[in-house]
Amino acid sequence: MKIASGWERLRAWFLLPAWIWMAVLFAAPFAIVVVYSLLTRGAYGGLGLPWTLENYQRLLDPLYLGVVVRSFGMAGATTVICLLLGFPLALFISRAGGRKSIYLQLVILPFWTSFLVRLYAWLFLLRDTGLINTALQHLGLIHDPLPLLYNDGAVLLGLVYGYLPFMVLPVYATLERLDPALVEAAADLGAKPWPTLLHVILPLSAPGIRAGSVLVFIPALGAYLTPDLLGGGRTVLIGNLVQNQFTTARDWPFGAAISVGLMALVGVLVLLMLRSEREGLV
Amino acid sequence: MESILELRNLVKLFPNQRAVDGISLKIPRGGFYSLLGPSGCGKTTTLRLIAGFEQPTSGEVLLDGAVVNEQRPYQRNVSTVFQNYALFPHLTAAENIAFGLKRKNQSGIEQKVREALELVRLTGKESRYPAQLSGGERQRVALARSLVLQPDVLLLDEPLAALDPKLRKQMRLELKEMQRRVGITFLLVTHDQEEALSMSDQLAVMNAGAIEQVGTPQDVYLRPSTRFVAGFLGAVNWIGGIGLRPEVTRISRDLPSNGGRFKPATVTGSVFLGNCVHVLTRLESGEDAVAEIPRNHSFQQGAYQTGEAIHVYWNPSDEMIFS
Amino acid sequence: MKRWLGFYAAAVYLFLHLPLAILAVFSFNSSRFTVWQGFSLRWYRAIFHDQQLGEGAWNSVIIALTATIISTAAGTLCAYGLWKRGSKLLSGSLYLSLVTPEIVMGISLLALFQWSFRWLHWRLGLHTVILAHVAFSIAYVVIVIAARLRTFSPALEEAALDLGATEWQAFRYVTLPALLPGIVAAALLALTVSFDDYVITSMVAGVDSETLPMVIYAMARRGASPVINAISALIVVFFGALVLISERVQKA
Repeated sequence: MKIASGWERLRAWFLLPAWIWMAVLFAAPFAIVVVYSLLTRGAYGGLGLPWTLENYQRLLDPLYLGVVVRSFGMAGATTVICLLLGFPLALFISRAGGRKSIYLQLVILPFWTSFLVRLYAWLFLLRDTGLINTALQHLGLIHDPLPLLYNDGAVLLGLVYGYLPFMVLPVYATLERLDPALVEAAADLGAKPWPTLLHVILPLSAPGIRAGSVLVFIPALGAYLTPDLLGGGRTVLIGNLVQNQFTTARDWPFGAAISVGLMALVGVLVLLMLRSEREGLV
Repeated sequence: MESILELRNLVKLFPNQRAVDGISLKIPRGGFYSLLGPSGCGKTTTLRLIAGFEQPTSGEVLLDGAVVNEQRPYQRNVSTVFQNYALFPHLTAAENIAFGLKRKNQSGIEQKVREALELVRLTGKESRYPAQLSGGERQRVALARSLVLQPDVLLLDEPLAALDPKLRKQMRLELKEMQRRVGITFLLVTHDQEEALSMSDQLAVMNAGAIEQVGTPQDVYLRPSTRFVAGFLGAVNWIGGIGLRPEVTRISRDLPSNGGRFKPATVTGSVFLGNCVHVLTRLESGEDAVAEIPRNHSFQQGAYQTGEAIHVYWNPSDEMIFS
Repeated sequence: MKRWLGFYAAAVYLFLHLPLAILAVFSFNSSRFTVWQGFSLRWYRAIFHDQQLGEGAWNSVIIALTATIISTAAGTLCAYGLWKRGSKLLSGSLYLSLVTPEIVMGISLLALFQWSFRWLHWRLGLHTVILAHVAFSIAYVVIVIAARLRTFSPALEEAALDLGATEWQAFRYVTLPALLPGIVAAALLALTVSFDDYVITSMVAGVDSETLPMVIYAMARRGASPVINAISALIVVFFGALVLISERVQKA
């Protein structure tokens, strides 16, 4: 075909800004980070030669491995809790008939209204001088304030609070597409509501559950703001570790190595999800 | 007379099929022409090759004597009426019609749009949006939009398929009349043989990417050149090596005396269709044949009973023979 | 079962919305402690006297508007180009940019900027923040426009070509008008995401380019102040309205 279609020419021009974005603001930064991860920390916090794998070796230090393990645990717990809390909610919305969109809005709305504000809301509630403690003290139920904040529990609460919609939406989407005839067929064959849920609805919502789990786990793994504000520096997750290296600790090569490791984990998880999506249900 | 549109050995190959397999056609100026064939025969692809949405793998498309292979759709002086009309939803009927004129920076747009609306009898509806128009009205806007540009050829891709049956019959007459009035060559693509027969001055029957026959509706229906054409244009009784249309297949209880050909048969059933009766028969030689008995005959002879022995006869000049 | 689901859903919605509601209620508290002592607008008035807040808000507005214009334009063109013919590399990168943890995006952009300072004589400031915001919001725009394009019939563009429009004219006069509601929705989304960002911004902002979230973060770190309640309430109302407008526009 001799003629380059006019569309091809238009497309090439249209994609140019995106390619520039990809090269300059996406690929280049990551490339630089990878390079930094192989360099050595300089005397004044800068970096330079020699090339070294030391930064990656440091990751195997039990201190840092502990951070990784704890982050995995936190992300995993967040995912499980979001699933337990989110699935029934998605089920409810999918059965809500005409009011579905309103209920969906109610889930989406808080999510878009400033992450920082939502975290601060929990600070306001959980602080030693926060609402919950003040109320309990006023009611005479406790003397001294309960340490509700600055611990793993508070961070977990914050993560669940922040990422719940990420679980609800994909699960809802799958439930929405579920053929109601299947549930009716189950009832017709004698299954009561609970067994129907376990043996029919749950397995068929697997793709949504998988998608939701990935959408919660990955951000939770790399969370920074939530453990920072609600954990108060005591709960150190991967995200906090990275931020620390680039600010106070001024160890950019090490921070870069952690980032590369984190991105590798994210990459693996995304690949797993894409693969399971292809093998899984249509 | 030089043809307005010519296809020379046009071939279009897709990764998994030969959509158009060496088509040559000359379409004369000023008539109503049809490409008739079953779905998948390549007629729509041929149309898209003419319009410029596809590039031929080999062969040429000539418009008014000039090869237009290299030209983009907007450079060719042909216009297409799409199957679902493809009216721009964000523009009114008048703005849709004016669209092509604006691209070519023509003058007197308002006047031309008004005339086009009159031609398709939509005066008064020019400020309506496509969503506010009925199916038939949308089709007329699509026609006006293309005709107002005075193309060399107007291409119509199954234009009546989206209309309901009653409207379809009426639109056939309107389209034919419109073509006569504006004088522009119409090239219609359809799978409906009634449509093609009733509207065309000439038609080409396509099958599996190739043209099987070109001719007038009479040529193609009465003197089909291949079995496929015979079978596609209407019903056929295959008796021995010849084909016979049901409407020229007669039956009689007595031996016919006027020197036609005849074969003994048994009645296997009868179907009342309102304006005629189809009597189903099985010949002694084993073939099934359907005889179409028009209304004015059927009740004279009385209804045929299943199992009755009758004779099937016909006039030799009605035989369709294929080599 | 349905009744239990209903109760459960109510409980979850309460969990999701109550903290924000309480925050808003206490923004009208006349006392600075978490004991209700009467209705007052003093904290709202305090917002307008706080210079840092004012500067932060102003910076956020400029950054959000600029970044939104750039990312909406680039993202729309990108979505259209990918709709014509996909590119696994580009789609993959866009998707990856969505799942990349914010802190990683922040430090990698910081690394890029610091490295570029060696030969481009500039420092961290509004421009670096704007570039960073464009970096992470493009993917959102592409998603919204791509969804919109999926409901757009290619026959309309063919009809335009057929009637004499070039490819560019077909896009400009037929496709673009059809995409307009989607573009507005995408822009509102990009605006929201940009306005709200803290993590990435904090890594690439200069000393004099603090944004509103950064100011709020600093205040939150320092200790409790009902001023934060007040700003939060305003932000929630403002963003909520933006999101609702966005949804309404997308349905058009």
